[in-house]
Amino acid sequence: MAEIRTGAQILWESLVREGVSTVFGYPGGAILPAYDAMLEYPIRHVLVRHEQGATHMADGYARASGEVGVAVATSGPGATNMVTGIATAMLDSSPIVCITGQVGSKVIGSDAFQETDVTGVTLPITKHNYLVTDVADVAPTLHEAFYVARSGRPGPVLVDITKDAQQSSGEFVWDPSPVELPGYRPKLRASEAEYQQAIDLINGAKRPIIFAGHGVMLSGAMDLVRELAERANIPIAMTLLGIGSFPALHPLNLGMMGMHGEAWVNQAIQEADLLLAFGMRFDDRVTGNTKTYAPNARKIHIDIDPAEFNKNVIVDVALAGDLSHVLRDLLPRIERGDRSGWLATIADVKGDSAVRDVQNIPDTGHLYAAHVINDIWRLTDGRAVVVTDVGQHQMWEAQYYHHQEPRSLITSGGLGTMGFALPAAIGAKLARPDAEVWVIVGDGGFQMTMCELATIAQEKIKINVAIINNGYLGMVRQWQEFFYERRYAATPLLSPDFVKLVDAFGLRSARVSRRPDVVPTIEMARAEPGTVVIDFKVEQEDTVYPMVPAGADLHSMIRRPSPSPIVETADD
Amino acid sequence: MGPHKRRAGVWGGAPYRKKMKHTFVVHVEDKPGVLNRVASLFRRRAFNIESLTVGHTETADVSRMTIVVDTDANGARRLEANLYKLVNVLRVTDLTGQAAVIRDLTLIRVAASHQTRTHVMQLVGTFRARVVDVAPESLVIEATGTEEKVDGLLAVLRPFGVLEMVRTGRVAMARGQQSVATEATGGAPTDAPDDTVSHSV
Repeated sequence: MAEIRTGAQILWESLVREGVSTVFGYPGGAILPAYDAMLEYPIRHVLVRHEQGATHMADGYARASGEVGVAVATSGPGATNMVTGIATAMLDSSPIVCITGQVGSKVIGSDAFQETDVTGVTLPITKHNYLVTDVADVAPTLHEAFYVARSGRPGPVLVDITKDAQQSSGEFVWDPSPVELPGYRPKLRASEAEYQQAIDLINGAKRPIIFAGHGVMLSGAMDLVRELAERANIPIAMTLLGIGSFPALHPLNLGMMGMHGEAWVNQAIQEADLLLAFGMRFDDRVTGNTKTYAPNARKIHIDIDPAEFNKNVIVDVALAGDLSHVLRDLLPRIERGDRSGWLATIADVKGDSAVRDVQNIPDTGHLYAAHVINDIWRLTDGRAVVVTDVGQHQMWEAQYYHHQEPRSLITSGGLGTMGFALPAAIGAKLARPDAEVWVIVGDGGFQMTMCELATIAQEKIKINVAIINNGYLGMVRQWQEFFYERRYAATPLLSPDFVKLVDAFGLRSARVSRRPDVVPTIEMARAEPGTVVIDFKVEQEDTVYPMVPAGADLHSMIRRPSPSPIVETADD
Repeated sequence: MGPHKRRAGVWGGAPYRKKMKHTFVVHVEDKPGVLNRVASLFRRRAFNIESLTVGHTETADVSRMTIVVDTDANGARRLEANLYKLVNVLRVTDLTGQAAVIRDLTLIRVAASHQTRTHVMQLVGTFRARVVDVAPESLVIEATGTEEKVDGLLAVLRPFGVLEMVRTGRVAMARGQQSVATEATGGAPTDAPDDTVSHSV
């Protein structure tokens, strides 16, 4: 016997059956029936301070756990405030479901109060979206939405539900069987001929490199990638979002590639004879100038999304499919390889670069972001979940925090969304309550979403926040320094007194401007039961090295200066 | 190691950079907003639509689009892959280079006075077009055929004065036994690799 429920009740009935226990949202007129019904269900609702925060929290929840994150908002401004978070999830293939209220179906198109064409607005930034105007469609649409969000190449899905569809009653029928859509079958298999081409290239390669992208984690292929790398002795370079998919301290791990990748990584790519690209998409931040990119290398591209093949870089073999499936098929045919000569060549370059590393520079009393991040890494044993914002600190984090675990770096890579870190960390913490969560954020990005400190206080969430405060929009300032003759247009940044500000939210805070204070303050934050925000006042005009200028050849990077301008003398 | 010869795979292989008109037949679910999704994809991925027609098919709830795009071979392949990513797209067929019936329907209002009318009608007959409306100073001509044929007709009518024209844009269907339609709509989904069904991700 089917039971009679309101659309609002069916919404929660469906979410609970999809395994949802936590949602991030903000109420309003058109979503009020859903909020009223929510009280009857075992759902933890996190009241955000801005709907953008709700989407980033859902995103952080999804990236930390691999489960679908859920954000809820009302119509009109509630929904449009989600746009940045949805676009962030879209470019980083993060599975979130956004549920928005919509004005009554009878008044759609009349410019009713708080009416926006949300499915129209989000069409190009969602994997798929739905407008539900009938109570009978609520349950099947949500079932479909979760399936689309998490299957194939994951992504954001938005379900816009009119107020009358929430209010009216209908039979609640839950069909738990797998969704079958005539136009959506994310199951691809490469052909035997393509497999054979890949095998021949891999077994014959003398200077191969594996590229590990976000897809390695999305597919859960970490162990398979490691098995392949170790058996064939192939070094691994990671994209920003691939960090964590392979242990940072593993001898075959080269580190991050691309614009701020270390010299030995990018140089190795330019000298390689084979690139094995796993679940990555040759973003322009990875390749630099594609005309001179890896000129000697054959390229094998394995991705679940065939639309990525030959988009930015033309490849020799493209294997469409879930990376785990493809690697399982490939592995038995991969020969053991001794590539010690190739690994030694890379190690030679590495030795040269490492001596210029800021961590090897004696303490001169000045505080550098790299010191702070490296100390957080040491004290957390590389096991924390670190959520970063966007800019210089993000790149320093990628360079100086050595991630050993998958899903331990959460960062906005594709869209580069400032303001992402604080809310995403809230989501990550709720997904993994036992994890130690650190936010590393600039003074600029922090001010974009710092209202979520109130959410932290209200929800009694424990995370640690390291503000890398240099008084500039640092990455933009760096570009101005390099490419705009140091004309610092609109990059000097006045910030509030973060210690006082955090205090006003009822949270603990500290300020650090000397290197000896870094470690004790990090230890204090880790020991504290509540959230601690640390304002690290770092060197103002510090620079992320190395740097491949946008569009330049990957091998023509701006290296760490030697002697470095950040090495002070006694006269400073 | 210097530049090497590339091996052609299904997806890999030499980039084919020569632009040409590609004709896609796209079967989609007949649902609100699907045309918008398809059009938005072309705009978002910076492909220029030369023409787009949409209409019903032999199957209820399935619409068929014929889309003409000027792009190179690699672009056409990426476009196909991107179209498949749309959940409502059932099947994409690139008819370019295949034997196909391609038609364009055109209505032309041409100036035709008492003196010139007979001459115009002779030309219309030569092109196997039809006069579908007659007014004192003009004729409406209906022409169906390949775009080249219609272009040819237009060229000879222009000197008389083309007052108004509308063209549907290309519709296309493969010649012979093969039917894209049955493949698009028939058969239960399977896990087996099958190039003939939609593979959204």
